[in-house]
Amino acid sequence: MVEIKNLCKNFGDKKAVIDVSFNIEEGEIVGFLGPNGAGKSTALNILTGFLSATSGSARIDGIDILENPLEAKKKIGFLPEQPPLYPEMTVKEYLNFCFSLKNCTLPRKQHVREICEVVKIVDVYGRMIKNLSKGYRQRVGIAQSLIGNPEVLIFDEPTVGLDPKQIIEIRNLIRHLGKNHTVILSTHILPEVQSVCDRIVVINKGRIVANERTENLINAVEGTKRLVAKIVGPEDSVLNLLRSTPGVKYAEKLGRRDTDSVSYLIESEERVDVRKPIFYALSKATYPLIGLEGDEINLEDIFIRLVDPDKKDKTEKRRRQTPPASRGSAEKG
Amino acid sequence: MFAVYRRELRSYFITPIGYIFAGMFLAVSGLLFSFTILQTNNSGDYTYAGMYEYFLYLLFVFSILIPLLTMKLLSEEKKQKTEQLLMTSPISLTGIIMAKYCAALTIFAGTLGVNFFNFLLLLKYGSPNMTIVMSNILGLFLIGAAFIAVGVFLSSLTENQLVAAVSSIAVEVALLLVGILVNKIELTFFRVFLRWFSVLDRYDPFTGGYFDIAAIIYFISFTGVFLFLTIRVYEKRRWS
Repeated sequence: MVEIKNLCKNFGDKKAVIDVSFNIEEGEIVGFLGPNGAGKSTALNILTGFLSATSGSARIDGIDILENPLEAKKKIGFLPEQPPLYPEMTVKEYLNFCFSLKNCTLPRKQHVREICEVVKIVDVYGRMIKNLSKGYRQRVGIAQSLIGNPEVLIFDEPTVGLDPKQIIEIRNLIRHLGKNHTVILSTHILPEVQSVCDRIVVINKGRIVANERTENLINAVEGTKRLVAKIVGPEDSVLNLLRSTPGVKYAEKLGRRDTDSVSYLIESEERVDVRKPIFYALSKATYPLIGLEGDEINLEDIFIRLVDPDKKDKTEKRRRQTPPASRGSAEKG
Repeated sequence: MFAVYRRELRSYFITPIGYIFAGMFLAVSGLLFSFTILQTNNSGDYTYAGMYEYFLYLLFVFSILIPLLTMKLLSEEKKQKTEQLLMTSPISLTGIIMAKYCAALTIFAGTLGVNFFNFLLLLKYGSPNMTIVMSNILGLFLIGAAFIAVGVFLSSLTENQLVAAVSSIAVEVALLLVGILVNKIELTFFRVFLRWFSVLDRYDPFTGGYFDIAAIIYFISFTGVFLFLTIRVYEKRRWS
């Protein structure tokens, strides 16, 4: 559905996107993951025809965005980083404007109403956009991208600046849209792609560093699982107990955070869930376990492991990755 | 393209800008009209002298008011990032620029049309030379069209409305004055070169009631060049 081949974009001397290639099948939800300034927005702006690539090509459903921009743009619904809203218009006026702008041929009233119901903006339909909250503006932006029922939806950081409840709602909405559309979602938040996407393309400093199915990538990165436990009891004996629990590879004291309990970092061996053994061991020794949580893998970890495999911990899996010098060519395929 | 045109036209009237432009234009034009044409003609034939002054002053009023229409056309889109919507929609760049240009031109032409009412009043009380009136109005329209193109171009260069407005005023006043200033230049080459930009020189035939084809083509191509440059600005931004 979407083919990107050897895409490069230079801004003067600065190389924003370097040799990016990937394909997206119809109906996939693909997460485009990378830190701020990695080149995500640039790549998406090229894909949507807002910018032109220095070299390489982008095709939507077989149509090259440079050769036949008008046809290709018809197949794309795009929500840029900042939703492109006219504050002095009402939601109704705005959506009707977008409808004519996109030369949409569907029945106008019905189509617009359906979209409003899907993104839940029916109750602000008559209000001025400048008076809407950030969450509603984002929704109106998404509504705009849905007009004309395009096959490919591209969302550039759709949840930035929203509160947690809104973030969850927007994610659910995207998941819902993914049933009928091909979706590209750019973000720098890992849980977001984890919860929504089928596949993750990781980009850093303009290059693709990984392109895998979500569960594979998460597993590859997770490997060993880390837990943080809060336990009441004499520190030395608790630590010994933890270290002797089967499946625990490593345990260390993190420090006293409450008055009576101490926090410990526990690393398990690969694909072993040590939470139950720890609980039983502690309860047998009557050391109350008052808190146990997973130490979440974050984007930083992924990058440290994907980008600088030798930098932090050197498990076998990570060492197997190609060294930085040859990575460019190795990951193209 | 029609969608963009309609939206721009509407936005002139849901923001105060359209009203300010039309109101100021008509008020100042009305004042000028009574101070020049009405007061300099006692015989009732309203000939050359008063009209010349009226239209000349009106041109300077334009150079200040027209930037009001053009200042936000493209700069505001850039600032609010709404240009991303336009440029990723299935509509050509030329279409977008032309739609915006035409919206500003419509407001301008509409106000100029309403302003024509002043001359209808003259018909009631005397017998003005309507050929001169019509040729002058055509001249005004052409200069206005060219100025709008200049304003659109300058608006595409910045995301600040004020910068767009002030630079448009500066350029448009310069275009009006260059014909007067250029006579002081000794170097023939420069004098001839700069005179090419003198809008007033081209306007001269219209003041006498001549519909000068060369001047008409000059203004149309002037407009075309600036609209073309505007499109180039966007093309360049896409590619660099």
